[in-house]
Amino acid sequence: MSADIEIDCRDLPCPRPIIELAKALPEVPVGGRIAVVARDPAARYDVPAWCRMRGQEYVGEELADDGAPRYVVKRVS
Amino acid sequence: MSSTPEVYLDSASSTRLHPAARETLLAALDRGYADPRRLHAAGRDARLLLDNARAVVAECLGVRPDEVGFTASGTDAVHRGLLGLTAATGRDGIVHSAVEHSSVLHAAQWRESPAHAAVPVDAHGVVDLAALAAAAGAHGVGAVALQAANQEVGTLQPVDEVELPGGVPLLVDAAAALGHAPLPRRWDALTASAHKWGGPAGVGVLAVRRGTRWTNPFPGDDGLEQPSGFPDVPAALAAAAALRAVLAERDEVAARQVPQVDRIRAAAAALPDVEVVGHPTARLPHLVTFSVLYAGGDEIVGELARRGFGVASGSACTASTLEPSHVLAAMGALTHGNVRVSLARETTDEQVDAFCAALAEVVAVIRGRAGL
Repeated sequence: MSADIEIDCRDLPCPRPIIELAKALPEVPVGGRIAVVARDPAARYDVPAWCRMRGQEYVGEELADDGAPRYVVKRVS
Repeated sequence: MSSTPEVYLDSASSTRLHPAARETLLAALDRGYADPRRLHAAGRDARLLLDNARAVVAECLGVRPDEVGFTASGTDAVHRGLLGLTAATGRDGIVHSAVEHSSVLHAAQWRESPAHAAVPVDAHGVVDLAALAAAAGAHGVGAVALQAANQEVGTLQPVDEVELPGGVPLLVDAAAALGHAPLPRRWDALTASAHKWGGPAGVGVLAVRRGTRWTNPFPGDDGLEQPSGFPDVPAALAAAAALRAVLAERDEVAARQVPQVDRIRAAAAALPDVEVVGHPTARLPHLVTFSVLYAGGDEIVGELARRGFGVASGSACTASTLEPSHVLAAMGALTHGNVRVSLARETTDEQVDAFCAALAEVVAVIRGRAGL
């Protein structure tokens, strides 16, 4: 899935990937996409939960080239 | 460390010994040491105490004494209860809600079966009854497990509305609910744990209704007489005394706790990006869970402990595994920054207010540290 920016949170523990996601959000325009690559197992649940709580759109999960989970979010507000 | 004693708000993990249990335990320690199967005076005395404990627990559960057995723990009761049902039915499949206690999940993992199923819950943690009934009807299902109330978020399950195919027994895990909320009536086997209601640790309860096919799934004699080996008679009696006392005062305690929890729910929800998890009304009176965005569960627990409040967290960073809480995950709730507050019977309004103030401070401190 394409994304305007991708943040590498591979080795960050919970809840750092979500903190980095929140900090990076203003860098993409409304309608743009941001990808978070994170091995932390909590990210699988917390990226969609963050989207729900913050009014953003969760697009889905795939694997990065090295096999790490990659979560894609669309900025809608 | 705070100079005043810690305010213990983790009763759902383990409850301070109820005064009635303490009194009974001390009195029984000198009497209940002998083997209750022996015919000498000391043995008969131990038998008397054990029978008394069974009778009291049976009365509290609304069953007959021979339908109740004491196990080594609540976990042990679930394992024996559930696997004993599947052993008796000869079908290994276990259907359970996705938010059951880990003891249920472990029992299901004990033997592989294509009929095992974890039934989804809604955002409040309430099981999907239609999906439960459908899964229970699959070929090879030997038992269904559904909790009376959830141990992490306090949501009550609609157990009495469960409809199962004939011949598929229902085990109700009442560990989180017993002593706090009325129990469902619909069950074939029921399990509980004394240290959750104010009895001593090391006493679990397994109740199996007459007419239910159940057999001891582990080595040893069949039946509920001594399912887990030599019983701790004084502890069983103390557990029974605590249960009777706790049930007698339950409505009065709950009447105090429900508004106290409502205050914590409101205070947590008023903080930015904090989500209260669990059913707002169909819930245990003494338990509330919320998740704080951008905060680690271990950070919050640590900061609250420094301010004199003892709480639990279902976040992965506080658990023995790196996996986040399966309960929060199944509900679609935020799994990090999780805090579970469970009041004691003696928790005061002043303590609740002080906790709410400390919480607001802690959340601000942690967010500031994260640069948010």
